[in-house]
Amino acid sequence: MNKLRTGAFHTGMILLSLLWLGPVLWVVVMSTRSFDDIAAHGVGSLPRSFTLDTYRQAWTDGGELRALINSMLVTVPSVALSLGLAAMAAFALSRFRIPGRRTILLLMLAGNLLPPQILLIPVAKFSELTGLYDTLWALIAVQVGFGLGFYTFVLHGFMRDLPGEIQEAATIDGAGTAQIFTRVMLPLTRPALAALGALSFTWIFNDLLWAITVLRTDDNMPVTPALLALQGQFVSSWNVIAAGTVIAAVPTVAVFLRFQRHFVSGLALGAVK
Amino acid sequence: MTATISTTSVTPTRRRRRSARLSPLLVAFVLVPFAVESVWVFWPALQGFWFSVTRWDGMTPPTFVGTDNYVELAGDATFRGALINTVIWLVLFGGLSVLGGFGMALVLQKERRFVGFYRAALFTPVVFSLVVTALVWRVFYQPDGIADTLLRAVGLEHLIRPWLADPQTALYAVILPALWRQIGYVMVLFLAGLKAIDPALHEAARMDGANAWQRLRHVTIPQLKGVNAVVLSVIVIDSLRSFDIVWSLTKGGPYHSSELLSTYMYSTAFQSLRLGYASAIAVVIFVLALAVILGYLVRAFREEA
Repeated sequence: MNKLRTGAFHTGMILLSLLWLGPVLWVVVMSTRSFDDIAAHGVGSLPRSFTLDTYRQAWTDGGELRALINSMLVTVPSVALSLGLAAMAAFALSRFRIPGRRTILLLMLAGNLLPPQILLIPVAKFSELTGLYDTLWALIAVQVGFGLGFYTFVLHGFMRDLPGEIQEAATIDGAGTAQIFTRVMLPLTRPALAALGALSFTWIFNDLLWAITVLRTDDNMPVTPALLALQGQFVSSWNVIAAGTVIAAVPTVAVFLRFQRHFVSGLALGAVK
Repeated sequence: MTATISTTSVTPTRRRRRSARLSPLLVAFVLVPFAVESVWVFWPALQGFWFSVTRWDGMTPPTFVGTDNYVELAGDATFRGALINTVIWLVLFGGLSVLGGFGMALVLQKERRFVGFYRAALFTPVVFSLVVTALVWRVFYQPDGIADTLLRAVGLEHLIRPWLADPQTALYAVILPALWRQIGYVMVLFLAGLKAIDPALHEAARMDGANAWQRLRHVTIPQLKGVNAVVLSVIVIDSLRSFDIVWSLTKGGPYHSSELLSTYMYSTAFQSLRLGYASAIAVVIFVLALAVILGYLVRAFREEA
């Protein structure tokens, strides 16, 4: 009886896993098929050809290389800046008796919970006004501004729970506020920073809405919107589109595999707080 | 979760004086991030409300028109359709991802052989962007794609249709990929919550003769109250924000059949260039999200207190 239940459990879960991984594998396989093969047998058939030329096409003709560079140029500074600023705010708000600290914290969190739609038009207009429209700077700025509230809130919760004695010992040893922040608090906050770093990397890298709101030129587009453009450019070349999809997914998958534990605990951090 | 434990240990240190006055550095630590968020979030949000009572094409300055935009919204059939679709989206996408995620978390909570693999499989799509997800599923829905091949294989070819191009099915064909990606995410949230439940509670309930269903009903679910609140808020906010997946699969079409408030707002603003009217749609989205945001903040406030 028990064996039967275990068997049923695994059979069910294998089928379910297949339902989740199958479509992904299908796309990976499709990216290595030739155009003629897909044209003759359709996207639903098993592969009868193998080529990697699709990746070259997506990479150079489709502009994925340029798009990936744009994505990194936006994502890396955005993650660093927003976590840095959020850590500063969280440190001050959690370890010092700043008047109105609770209101400030919740106001910042509330900003992150706003539906972005209410911000789109004003942000687009504001970036035109400041001359940042259609530059990666605008995208970095809005990603930092919009993410800050949530990161501050999570880091605040984490820093608040660190024992106060460490900070007092450092103060007695003559450390100033800046030193306590960089030498004591930041190292202790590393687990939370790693978790948020992995999460924010995927969020910012995967973003579509802000990119198409503050950018216009194709050459400036990060990889997510570029993937949509690729679809227009290679209308029925499903193999090239599939290759582009794989290229666009690789960086976040790499970050996830590298920071797996942080990633999952980061999601949980947001949930339990 | 840890708030109750930490407050007792924090109170004595709070009484001690930490710093007599605020150093300029600390003020900067708070003000700089706050200023950045003000410029890119708070100020734009306020402007958004102002634009919603104007007529504006983006070129000439906006002109005040009072409640005209909202009156027009009330009679706009596309808006009504988008509102209904958003509600359907909320119920189906939100409801099913909570049910599915919770179910998967229950099934996969015990450490046993291959459980790590199953969890990873369900979680994989979470790291993809919604545009990647959309393209993966586009292959599935293509004429002669996987869906059609599967239907033919089981002799149901009469059901075959252009899934994304048929107004009857477009909305549901878009919800499915969104669900596929969300279930793993919700599962992880619930797994974290389940892990935090004291096993002694289950042990005690079992001793008292509670069966599996009763333990779920009277131990697990009440213990998950905190996580439930977060998941519900996340789901509602995510549903109202949903844009990427619809935009990449159907752009709200055909004939607005998969239009959500978010996509309607975007196309009104940046394709029809009716910025005032689009702002009014954005305000409606904001109002729908407001109750959830307030609930979330009240909870956060209580925990911070």
